[in-house]
This record gives sequence, structure tokens and C-alpha cells, in this order.
Amino acid sequence: MYAFDIERPTTVADAVKLLVASEENQPLSGGQTLIPTLKQRLASPETLISLTGIDEIKGICEDDSGRICIGAATTHAEVASGAGKYPALAALASHIGDPAVRNRGTIGGSLANNDPSACYPAAALGSGAVIVTNSRDIAADDYFQGMFTTALEPGEIITEVKFPVPQKAAYMKFEQPASRFALVGVFVAQYEGGVRVAVTGASEEGVFRWSEAEAALSSDFSASALEGLSLPGDGMISDMHGSGDYRAHLVAVMTRRAVTAAG
Amino acid sequence: MPKDGGIGASTKRREDARFLTGIGNYTDDINLRGQAYVHFLRSDLAHGRINDIDTSAAEAMPGVVRIFTGKDFETAGSIPCGWQVTDRFGNPMKEPRHPVLAEGKVRHVGDPICAIVAETREQARDAAEAIVLDIEELPAVIDMKAALAEGSTKVHDELDDNLCFDWGFVEENKEAVDEAIRNAAHVTTVELINNRLVPNAMEPRVAVGDYNRGTGEHTLYTTSQNPHVIRLLMGAFVLGIPEHKLRVVAPDVGGGFGSKIYHYAEEAFCTYAAKELNRPVKWTCTRSEAFLSDAQARDHVTKIELALDADNNFTAVRTMTYANMGAYLSTFAPSIPTWLHGTLMAGNYKTPLVYVNVKAVFTNTVPVDAYRGAGRPEATYQLERAIDKAARELGVDPIALRRQNFITEFPYATPVAVEYDSGDFHRLMDKLESRADFAGFAARRAESEKNGKLRGLGINCFIEACGIAPSNLVGQLGARAGLYESATVRVNATGGITVMTGSHSHGQGHETVFPQVVADMLGIDASMVEIEHGDTANTPMGMGTYGSRSIAVGGSAMVRATEKIIAKTKKIASHLLEASEADIELKDGQFTVAGTDKSVAWGDVTLAAYVPHNYPLEDLEPGLEETAFYDPNNFTYPAGAYACEVEVDPETGKVTIARFTTADDFGNVINPMIVDGQVHGGLTQGIGQALLENCTYDENGQLLSASYMDYAMPRADDVPFFSIDHSNGTPCTHNPLGVKGCGEAGAIGSTPTVVNAVVDALQSGGIKVDHVDMPVSPSRVWQAIQAAG
Amino acid sequence: MPQVSMTVNGKPATGQIEGRTLLVDFIRETLNLTGTHVGCDTSQCGACVVHVNGKAVKSCTMFAAEAEGADVLTIEGVAAPDGTLDTVQQAFHEHHGLQCGFCTPGMVMSAKALLAENPTPTEAEIRDYLEGNICRCTGYHNIVKAIMAASGQDVSKIAAE
Repeated sequence: MYAFDIERPTTVADAVKLLVASEENQPLSGGQTLIPTLKQRLASPETLISLTGIDEIKGICEDDSGRICIGAATTHAEVASGAGKYPALAALASHIGDPAVRNRGTIGGSLANNDPSACYPAAALGSGAVIVTNSRDIAADDYFQGMFTTALEPGEIITEVKFPVPQKAAYMKFEQPASRFALVGVFVAQYEGGVRVAVTGASEEGVFRWSEAEAALSSDFSASALEGLSLPGDGMISDMHGSGDYRAHLVAVMTRRAVTAAG
Repeated sequence: MPKDGGIGASTKRREDARFLTGIGNYTDDINLRGQAYVHFLRSDLAHGRINDIDTSAAEAMPGVVRIFTGKDFETAGSIPCGWQVTDRFGNPMKEPRHPVLAEGKVRHVGDPICAIVAETREQARDAAEAIVLDIEELPAVIDMKAALAEGSTKVHDELDDNLCFDWGFVEENKEAVDEAIRNAAHVTTVELINNRLVPNAMEPRVAVGDYNRGTGEHTLYTTSQNPHVIRLLMGAFVLGIPEHKLRVVAPDVGGGFGSKIYHYAEEAFCTYAAKELNRPVKWTCTRSEAFLSDAQARDHVTKIELALDADNNFTAVRTMTYANMGAYLSTFAPSIPTWLHGTLMAGNYKTPLVYVNVKAVFTNTVPVDAYRGAGRPEATYQLERAIDKAARELGVDPIALRRQNFITEFPYATPVAVEYDSGDFHRLMDKLESRADFAGFAARRAESEKNGKLRGLGINCFIEACGIAPSNLVGQLGARAGLYESATVRVNATGGITVMTGSHSHGQGHETVFPQVVADMLGIDASMVEIEHGDTANTPMGMGTYGSRSIAVGGSAMVRATEKIIAKTKKIASHLLEASEADIELKDGQFTVAGTDKSVAWGDVTLAAYVPHNYPLEDLEPGLEETAFYDPNNFTYPAGAYACEVEVDPETGKVTIARFTTADDFGNVINPMIVDGQVHGGLTQGIGQALLENCTYDENGQLLSASYMDYAMPRADDVPFFSIDHSNGTPCTHNPLGVKGCGEAGAIGSTPTVVNAVVDALQSGGIKVDHVDMPVSPSRVWQAIQAAG
Repeated sequence: MPQVSMTVNGKPATGQIEGRTLLVDFIRETLNLTGTHVGCDTSQCGACVVHVNGKAVKSCTMFAAEAEGADVLTIEGVAAPDGTLDTVQQAFHEHHGLQCGFCTPGMVMSAKALLAENPTPTEAEIRDYLEGNICRCTGYHNIVKAIMAASGQDVSKIAAE
């Protein structure tokens, strides 16, 4: 790692102040992706602003419209055990990484990083969540802008994520055998206004909504409604773990299984 | 038997106490006063010509002590290869120079170019980034067949081409084999790839060099399975340091599986630099660096043909293999695809004619060498895949086909130059059949199918050659080392024993098992015996631990040394008891005059040896310390029969191991608990190769599977509980313990078992797939299903 | 250079660190507690698992600065002061749940964390929980068995041996 300083502010306001003090400063949440990146010397921040000491962005609650609101510095383990109102979300969190990673990694860190194979982007997009930052609310549909790219501006910190709770939902992940990240992960959620299907791991553009599947499932929420639907392999990630065609195939399989699991 | 466990007891390990409480002593736990740290600047190109290395800016960086390049090692020796293979035409293999730091060219991603020594690791790494390299990229040679094509870029400019050797075995049989195949009633052909692996011992390599100006003695602390071999190779061939001025210490070693046999550049560097800089120099490998610098494994591309007569008797086997050597010859690399592979191609069968052709090829990849099994997994895999395919093609039961062709009489001389001393392959298969519940398979398959899964059953039989020896034979085969093992049994005055051995545990529990042997022979408690190993300063020259050799060769050395102790103590006892030596019996730590109640205790005899007041000084030296070097007169031949049931998800291609049952013949077993553990570990490495692990380079020689993010290591949920059995083996006939060795069996026997099962599962679903290359990953299974239509 | 203070194995521990000092480096190099190991640099092998405020974490993927004021337990603090092994350690010993010993500290720390959360885990739950701990020696068979035994389950019928 290159040399850098670490600051541990205790309020969001202080964190933002520290963050904007230099363009070379960078926020640090759970660090489960950032620290390995730093070890490879792929990043060289001047100061890391640790967000894990800010109590105001930790914890899970429910807002007046029934949404589950999760502080950005809440760990995957805390979501797994504390988001019981949204079982599909809790289940997703309970299978991110491994137990030790789940004790450090945070929802805010995951969404800010927007790894194309991460699980949380599928949940956020599949739920139509709202990503709340220190300065604004961003709809999930506007937030994800391609792999490792988000709507976040420099100096902007995620503080909270608000998830509307669906009638039914499930997440199905087919793991890449080495990293155990999603080779393909599909989050399906049925709301009063329709069904959302979000896919992670597959596309070169990062997490995306599969609109044909959403339309089919909105009129008939059953695996059979998906029959004949498929995605093209073009534009899907192709690597040593699977071709674009394979990933496209898995999206269909995982979507069917998610619908079945959602019941 | 000793109260606390002798031969045959599942004694709990004494090593555990330190490993479980965090007070083991691994090489990275060693920090010497004043040590500096080295970082190796490694090539990020697979192949390039070094025009210039400008270290001037880097040398001025904070904390930099000195920067070394290939120029500093021009007069040093080449990192040696320990085995010279002679090709089909009687010529020696090509053996290009392997410098400590790159000279003139870089030949694989990870080839070390500069060594930056600094006060801290990070300073060394900072300085590495300030080194300006002018390296002209050359086309990378990655694919073996392309490497052999006319006009291919050469990995080593001084050689005629990229062919290291073209080996034929048994060359005299070639025409007869060709004819048998021409005349066969049926020939089954399989073309397959034995995937390249990265051994991945969990402890990355570490080297700490030290130099004492007062005595002129060098010390190297290193992660090694065989410190004496490192002392010899590095001292005699690379740095020119005689053994008496070079001490190599391998403390607790965190796994090796072969990868810590070899002498590596980093060891030579740290030893050299410690003297140059007059301060200790430490290198700790990161995992990312290990992927680019630890010797890799397997990587064979093979075509095998199995000929059968009209009665389904095997009549001939012909194989043609391309074996990847990587960019340089690692210590034992040439022996793996040849003597450790060709000699096993008869398998468990009385095939009369075998011909093995191996073309070893240089490529711009990390050097390849032995890894758990080493050559024998490659032999077993191709032979057993071919037999399985033959059974399917002929419509016969795969077990019956194997049984029909089993060797049944021992000793048995195979057509590939080895003599199996003992075995009982039918009994192994009987055991497997009874324990694997083949009768219940149909019901289990039906249950899987109800859940949308395909279920397959795979069978495999194998034999391996372990504890390779004798030294004079392996010398004829090209080994540049002996393959004996040593033990010094030092009985102390009060009766406790220190055994010093050249074997060295890297997880096998030697400190527990060896005392079981010695104590059992003497009838004393095992707790009275302590093992010293891993330090050339206090152990006799030995060849170390690999090839399932430690109990068969090292254990036998210990038996021989202990026999000498027994002979001497009987002499002392006969003096003390005033009886004839022939009448002295040693039992339960007591020397007794046969047929009388006259006796003297072990401790009284050992005390007399060191306080020789009442002692036959005119006939016998005082003291009680004996050394033996044991050189076996044959290999040992463990064998086994394995069964695996897999479930395949036809929608995703994912394969799950549902059941795995083994029947192994390890001869006699000293500690069944430890043998169980060896089998479990070997099986999981084999399952890893079969389903998960794949070391992959792109066409430019960049390693794609360069970390655990892409190189799939088996985890706890990739394997089931195993059902294993190694009871009632057929004892080895030529070593005193009757042992055969157990470390590699699981890794050798498991890959064809798994792949046979996957093919069976797919076929059961009407999917006409007769082979899927390893690793049988979800994506490959899915592709195979697609291709089968 | 900033200073960090924490409690390690019940004792106060203070040292100078850099921002980039990892918790594992502080434990190994500053405190000289070398039982915690480093087996990879991508946060997967789990040889470095320690407990921070009662939770299993990978000490190679947490900065020492972030452990300010924390209560850290390493493998050296698991056995009783008189050397008596704790239940998990003893079960690993009884059931041969370790070979080379390098992954063992992390395995024990993860196993302890699992049993704290789930006192009687099934085989599947144990295998799932160990996703972040890689062992190259044992094939996991005896590790899983040891953890089941440590949780008081009868393991005598697990597969034939």
C-alpha cells in the first residue's frame, strides 16, 4: 500500500468536510473491497475518511411509509439479522462474502463501489430503493450508471438506503466458483404496481433491470410466465468463468428460480 | 505396544498444542536483529528483451539499501535442475541457464528482474516503482503445440527450439505397440487436458538470509520440505558455499504439496545479499506473488489409445503427451512427465504392451514441477478415463472390465520397467463394492432425478509408485541426487531419545508418528522420544519429504538406526546381567535374561552407556547414538479403488459431489488417524483439480487466474464427508515396516473418479457427452450439454 | 506517527502505526503475536481471522487505526492462562482437525464465532460458515467433524473412517 492517513470522524458533516479537503481523499467504509485494492497499489489516497465511527449512519429502522431504512455504515451481518421485515433482503445480505466479511462490509460501501458482481446493487435496483446521501435522495434507477460507476458526486457520501418492502421477493445467486461473487444474481420483487427484476454479475454495463421479464411477471407472477424469454449473450461479461451466452442463460434460470422461491 | 501408542495407534498429535494456540514457529515468524527487506521487481511481460534497467532514481529513494540486478549474479551458478532426462534418441534434455535475476530476457510474467533491499517492505516496494525498465516485448509462446511449430519464437535463444526433450518409453516396445493397436479388435481413444494447477500451500514462501562475519557461516531460514536439498543445490551449484559454512533451517512449514521442494531464486538471493550487505535480508511472498513465482503443476495435453482384443482384454496402451515445463526447468520438472508418469501407465492391469511418448516444451509461463501425485495423477487420469470410455463403447460394466484385466499375481513386472511387490486389486474392489452401496445407487439416482438433477457414479482404480528408489537406479534414470533417507537415534543418559531425521514434516505429523515407531521397537513410552528435523545443523543429510516417502524411507531409516541401538543396548545389558548377549530379550523397556527373572531396566542400560563405570569398555565404545541411511531397493506401490457419486444440475451445469468412497491399500499403517487425514486432504485436492482449479494464461502470457478471486480453491462446502477405508493392506515386502505411503493417493485417485461420474450423470440424462475436460466447471458442463444438442 | 490503543487478549496494547498499518501487522509485528497468519492478499483465505468486539473479522482487511479502543481476541488468547485448550481447540486436537497448522488459528476463531451465534450447527451450516476459511491440508472433513463435536454433537457415526 502507498502511505496515507486515516481520519475517523464521528459525524457525517465532519466526514464530508474531511473528504472535500483534498481531491485525493477517499471514503473508507467496511474496506472489504477497498483494502485489497489498496494492497495492489491500485489506489493512492492522501487520506482515507473512515465512516465506520459515525453512529448516525448505522442501524435499521422503518419509516412512515413502511420502508426499511438502512444506515449506510450498517454491516451485511447486521442487515442479515436486522432486516427481518424484508426477508429477501436479509437473506441476500446473509450470503454476501463470508461471515468475517459480513462483519465489516457495509451496504453503503457496496453500493458506492457498485461492483458489477456485487449482490446489493441487485437488491437496491430490484426494490426501487432510494439511495440517500448527505445532499440528496437518488432513485436506484438513476443511481447505477455502469460497472463501478454511480451517480455519486465527489464529496458525496451515502448515508442511508430506503427499501420499499414488496409483497414477495427473492434473490438467487449463482456463484463464481473462485471469488464466490455473483456470476449471475437475480433479484425479483413483486410490488403492488408491478414486478421488478434486477440482474447483477452478468452485464458489462453492471446491474440492470430485465424489462421483458418484469412485464411478463407483472401479469403472471410465475416461473412459467418466463418461458421463452431470454437475453442475448452480447454485452454480457465473458471471462474464464463463463461466456456471455452462459451468463445470459443463467439469468433466465436464476430468474425462474427466484420467482419460484418468492412463492 | 507403548502405553501412549505405538505402531497402529491413532495417537493424537503432539504438534497440535503449539499450532492450536498460535505459538507455532513458521518462517515468517522469524525476525532477525537489523534485518532488511527485499522486494522483487517482477516482469509484467511474458517475454521480452531487457535493453536497460535504470535504478538510479530508485537508489535515491528513502530507506533503500541496495538494488540488485541480473548483473550481480552473472558469475553465480544457474539455479540447477536435479534430474536429467535422456531423450528417445539418446541425447540429453536441453537445459538452459536459469539465473537468480533475469539476464538479457524475461521469460514469464513474474520472472524477477531486480531485487530491492530496503529498511521496510513498503520502502522497497516504493523504490521498485521508481526503477525504469526498458524491455522490448517479444511474442509470447504459450500454447505447447504452437511452441513446437517451425519458426516459433524461442523462449531460450541459445536453444534450437522450444523442445526440452522428446522421450519414449519403452522405446524398444514402440513398434510392437503400434502393431498391437493396428490389430486390435477395439481401440478407445481419448484426448484430454490435465489442467495446470497452482499448489497453493496456505503458508506463502518466505526466506530469511543471515551471515555471520565472525565464523563465515551463512544461514538461510526458508519454507522448505527438504532443507538439505536446498543446502546442496544452492550451496554447491548457485552460490559456491560449502555445506559446512551453510546452514538451512526450515522451521514449521505451512503445507507444501511439492511446491516447497524446489530451490528458488529468492532463497539464493537472500542468502547472497545477507553477506553482501552484512545484515539479515528477509523476503515474505504475498499470495499474488506466489501465483507468479511458486512452481505450478500438471499441464499435460494427452492423447491415449487403449487397445482391446475381442474378449476385452487390454492388449496395448499408447499415449502421446505434451508436457509444459514453463520458462525454466524447476528442480525436478523433467522427472514428472517421464519417470513418475510413464512407469505407471500399466496401472493395475496386465496390459502387455505400453508405449509412452512425452514431448516436454518450454513456454513463457511459470515453471512447472511436482505437485501432490506428480506424474502419477496424469497417468491414472488418462488411463482410467480411457478404460471408462472403453466400457461404455463396448457396452460392458466398467467394474467387470477392470476386474477382468487386473494384475493378480505379485511380484509383477510391468512392461514399463517397474515391479509391483504386493497388492490385491480384487480385494480393494470388493471392499469398495460393499462399502459404496452400489446396490442403492439406482434409488439415489431416482431421487436426484425427482429434484431435476442428474446423478452419476464414477469408478476408478489406481496404483502409484512412492518412495522412489534405489539411488543407483534413479541415478541411471537421470536423478542427480540420491533418494535415501537418514536417521540418527540419540539415546540420552537417562533414557530419553532424540531422533534426528532428514525427513521434514509440512503437516504430516512426523513429530507424533516417528516416535510411535521407535518407542514401539524399544517398548518405551512414545513420549520419551522427540523428533528433530528441519535444520541441517543438527540432522543428518537427508532428502526430505515428498512423494509419500517419509514413513517408507525415513521411517525405515529410523528402524535401522533403532535396530543398531537395540543391538548395542543388548550388549550393555548382557554385561550388566552377566549373561550371554544371545539370551538378552528387550520387552516393555526391560532387558531380561531369557528364561530367568534377571532383568535390567532401559534407563539403567542407557545410563551405563554414558556413565560407563560398570561397562565393557574394552569391547564397546561408551555412548548410545546410531545413524542409519536407508536406501530402499524398490518403489512402494500403494493402490486403491474409488467411487464417487455426483449430482449435475443440467440447467446450470453445476456438479456437486454427493458421495465419495475409497478403499486404499497403504500396506501397514502406523497412525490410522493421520492416514485418514492424508486421504481427506488428497481427495479434496483431486476434487479441486477435477471441478474447480484452473491456472489459465491468456495468449499474451498474462495469468488470468492470478488470485483466489479467479483461482477456485476447494472450500468446506465443495466437499462432503468422505467414507474411507485403508484397513488390512498388503504389506510392502521390501521395507522393514511394510509401509507404502499415503500422502498422494487421494490426489491421484480422485480426478478420474469424479470425471467418470460426471460423464455417467450426463449420459443418464441422454446427453451424449463422453468427455469434459477438467476442471469440470459449471460453464464447461453447460457448454458440453449445448454441444451435445 | 499516530498511536493506537486497544485491548488484546485482555491486556492493554498500544503502539505507533501508520494509516496503512493493517490490524494483522499490528498484531504480528508490533505485539509479536505471530499466531495470526497471512495467507492471501484478497481477503479470502481467513488465516488472519481474529475477533474484534466479539465479531470474527479478517485482520488483514481492517486497519489498525480502526481498532482504536476495541477489544481484540487472537488465537493466543483462546486457551486458558494455564494452557488448557478451550472446547474448540480441544475438539480440533481430538479429531485431527489440523495438519500443517497454518490456517488453524483462523479456523478456530471462525469456529468459535459460529458456535457463539449457533450453538448446534448442522454439517451444512458449518460448511457454509467456513466459506471464508481455506484449508489446503485437511479436506475439511475433520474440521467440520471437530466443530460438530465441539458443539456437543455425536460425531461417532460420521462416515466410515
